[in-house]
Amino acid sequence: MAVTQPVSRGVPGEERHRIPIKTLLIYLLPLLLLGIFWAEYTFLPNAQTFTKKKYLAAAFPYFVGLYLVVFGVGLFKKNFRQKLTYRSPLISGAIGFLILWDLVTLKMGLLPLPQFPSPGAVVAALVSDAEVLFVSLYHSLGLLFTGYFLGLLFGLPTGILMGWFSTINYWLSPILRFIGPLPATAWIPVAMVIFPTSFVASVFLVALAAWFPITIMTWSGISNVNKSYYEVARTLGANVRYLIFKVAIPASLPSVFVGLFMGLGSAFATLVVAELLGVKSGLGWYVAWAQGWAEYAKVWAALVIMAVMFSGTTSLLFRVRDRVLVWQKGIIKW
Amino acid sequence: MNRVTAEKTEGIVPVQEAGRIRVQNVSRFFLQDSGPDVIALNNVNLDIEPGKFYSLLGPSGCGKSTLMRIIAGLDEATLGTITLDEEPIRGPHFLRGMVFQDPTLFPWKTIEENIASGLEARGILKEKKHEVQEYIRLVGLEGFEKVYPHQISGGMAQRASLARALVNHPKVLLMDEPLGALDAFTRMQMQEEILRIWQSRGTTIVFVTHDIDESVYLSDKIVIMTPRPGKIKEVIDVPLGRPRSRNHPDFWRIRSRILRIFGFSPDFADSYHI
Ligand SMILES: Nc1ncnc2c1ncn2[C@@H]1O[C@H](COP(=O)(O)OP(=O)(O)O)[C@@H](O)[C@H]1O
Ligand SMILES: [Mg+2]
Repeated sequence: MAVTQPVSRGVPGEERHRIPIKTLLIYLLPLLLLGIFWAEYTFLPNAQTFTKKKYLAAAFPYFVGLYLVVFGVGLFKKNFRQKLTYRSPLISGAIGFLILWDLVTLKMGLLPLPQFPSPGAVVAALVSDAEVLFVSLYHSLGLLFTGYFLGLLFGLPTGILMGWFSTINYWLSPILRFIGPLPATAWIPVAMVIFPTSFVASVFLVALAAWFPITIMTWSGISNVNKSYYEVARTLGANVRYLIFKVAIPASLPSVFVGLFMGLGSAFATLVVAELLGVKSGLGWYVAWAQGWAEYAKVWAALVIMAVMFSGTTSLLFRVRDRVLVWQKGIIKW
Repeated sequence: MNRVTAEKTEGIVPVQEAGRIRVQNVSRFFLQDSGPDVIALNNVNLDIEPGKFYSLLGPSGCGKSTLMRIIAGLDEATLGTITLDEEPIRGPHFLRGMVFQDPTLFPWKTIEENIASGLEARGILKEKKHEVQEYIRLVGLEGFEKVYPHQISGGMAQRASLARALVNHPKVLLMDEPLGALDAFTRMQMQEEILRIWQSRGTTIVFVTHDIDESVYLSDKIVIMTPRPGKIKEVIDVPLGRPRSRNHPDFWRIRSRILRIFGFSPDFADSYHI
């Protein structure tokens, strides 16, 4: 989009006062859509009955205020303005989607209830059940991090040992090939009766789900290290410990990170299924419970929270990767 | 003679006593599952004097890399023995540094960390950290300390690779076609740098090349090798002073002699790249 504005032409001090008109328009687009949303929400007659508290209606002024603040900052900070200009169409699109959603539900009743509540109803569910949702999020995060961390704790060494020692590889790789492809969720019936509590069982399942791809990709990373690195290191006086910890492991980290991302994905899937089926806490459990009462606004609210949690965790892992693999900057993009 | 005096040494880093390598009756066979077995080296004998600049010259496939790898300890002779200062060679050692055609810098380390690798591997990085900067300066990489290998040119990468080998003060520096991948200009520049470093450090250098001019320009002795089976045909002296001129009649005489050994007519102008 219009990020490539010719801003830095002319006198430096001048630029603040002369923001191109096109930039300003792009910039104001979200505000315009917020206005349309508010008008649509307030003035169009409802087709569905809406008895919940009108949090969404009350929130409009805040959204507008927030955007005005952002807008104001953007007028003075060029960097921020450029970022905002870039994101502006996307934000507008998101608001547009909400308008459309509100139209086909609350205003026109085109989608069946209770499965498809209006945005206002989902916001109401989010606010009224905030406390339960927060506790559920807390439990899910606890399960995710404990399980994933354990998977990592076992997966990394397993992969490294398999990549380095052929005897270990000989015994472990058939096991890995045999049970690895079995989804961790298939173990649920067994895990739930073997382990003392459903939480411990779920930790095991999430750990197992993360362990497999982490092990495979670490193993593959270690065994694909360019052999010349070892030769160079040996002529420099490296011992085996150096070869493993200072050559093999750093060289295989790009592959390890692929495994970490894959492991995170399967950890998410396993966590949700485990919570839906067995654990008595967490967002999965909340979804199952709300569905039992046909409270679909709450189901949607929990799905929104889950999406935020999972995408947040994934971005966190991206951040870690960018830190650890800074040397790859400019070599590989993914 | 090129034995170095203390005054000529750059910086504060002490010079390692140069090493003598003796290659005695060395053969290396590669047994193949399919196809005929390869005699990469056939009964090679060579006495490499300390502190001198040796070139191994010959067409590809004559066993130059194999010999270098055996001296480095990365490969083993099928028959025969190799000693460094009367000690039989068993496996790689930091006193026998090696520079490969591909710089093979560790991509996850900065240039500085790459050059420090040898000290780190030997667990003496803490005490000798100051020497790393010394070598960065020696190869002219100041300002590139914190940069990653993919961000620098091939010539710079090869300098870093050279510094990485030198930081261990090797008695012998083995260089397997280190300039093979560089353009003609960078190559000539690097030849000067290698000579300068060799003259200041006094290390024994064994330098692999298939460029006749390069070998005459650089070496005290040229070891001429021929393939199938790989063996040493002749070792010739280069009794020229330094700095050398590529246009001096003596330079051309030696060049012609080498061409004749390889069976080319010296008048055949462009044939000196084998
Ligand atoms: N690992 C190996 N396995 C089989 N044959 C090899 C191996 N290494 C080298 N050779 C063979 O040995 C001969 C000499 O190779 P090399 O020492 O690389 O020659 P140069 O470096 O002079 O080009 C070649 O014929 C090559 O094919
Ligand atoms: Mg070679």
